[in-house]
Amino acid sequence: METAHKRPNYILIWVYLAVLTAAELALAFELPIPRNLKLLLLLFLAVWKAALVGLFFMHLKFEKWNLRILALVPLPLAVIFILAGMSEHIW
Amino acid sequence: MTHAAATVDQMRPPFPAERGLDVYNKKLGMWIFLASEVMFFAALIGTYIILRFGAPGEWARPGIVLNIKITAFNTFLLICSSVSMVKAYAAIQDGDPKKMRFWLLMTILGGATFVGIQVYEYIHLIEHGFVPAGVREGSELAALVANGTLPAATMGLYGSTFFTMTGFHGFHVTCGVISMTYLYLTKALPGKYSKNDYGGIETVGLYWHFVDLVWIILFTIVYLI
Repeated sequence: METAHKRPNYILIWVYLAVLTAAELALAFELPIPRNLKLLLLLFLAVWKAALVGLFFMHLKFEKWNLRILALVPLPLAVIFILAGMSEHIW
Repeated sequence: MTHAAATVDQMRPPFPAERGLDVYNKKLGMWIFLASEVMFFAALIGTYIILRFGAPGEWARPGIVLNIKITAFNTFLLICSSVSMVKAYAAIQDGDPKKMRFWLLMTILGGATFVGIQVYEYIHLIEHGFVPAGVREGSELAALVANGTLPAATMGLYGSTFFTMTGFHGFHVTCGVISMTYLYLTKALPGKYSKNDYGGIETVGLYWHFVDLVWIILFTIVYLI
């Protein structure tokens, strides 16, 4: 078992996630801003939250690069896959 | 040299084996599985995006059909269970199996409550007329479709994508709860995990955090946008 890194403050990450979730809800239902801007901000917040979970709870921040690459490789593939579908049916 | 002997020689090259990812097999296997899961959920989310933004008409605003408050609570609950999972992992790393058992049990309860609330949400939605095929005739939502509050043309797509995505995620959460319960009963309770052997906790933890991560994306896409 390998854990040579300094342990992150998990409770602080939990607070971040809770605050970001509250911000998402406020953004989605309270703030009167243009729809496209709202969409972009909501996606940004979701990716931010997902990154916090990946980096600190799944410990990707502390893993070696080869394992990080293994974890990250499907993400661009997924984006390409979605964009290819969108180009076919939407644009 | 016989053919069999030659084959054996080929399988053992005359240079030392290189270390691979320097990760134990269970953990590597879980990461590879999670990579395939990313593609699985990308297919579901991609299909949803294509159907939603390529649909011929307006899409129903989630706030009208779905109960956002209860799902927001469920999201918070799943985030809490992710924290309790990582606390269980940290506890066994520190050599404290009692604390690990407590946090693992909290995670199981959190996950089971999430599934329970999702089932309640489904029952509530179906009672109001929101079904995988769209809107049930004669229901409360059918009246909203009739008066133009909800778009008639896309409710079928909305129903099928909503139940498929959240249903598959719920299935993953259920599998996680079953796996953790199995580990709790067969490994954690009998004291088989220690400071030097906690691979099962780390591996199931990776799965659990991934399920949380996917929900974070799904919640935004399905419930907020």
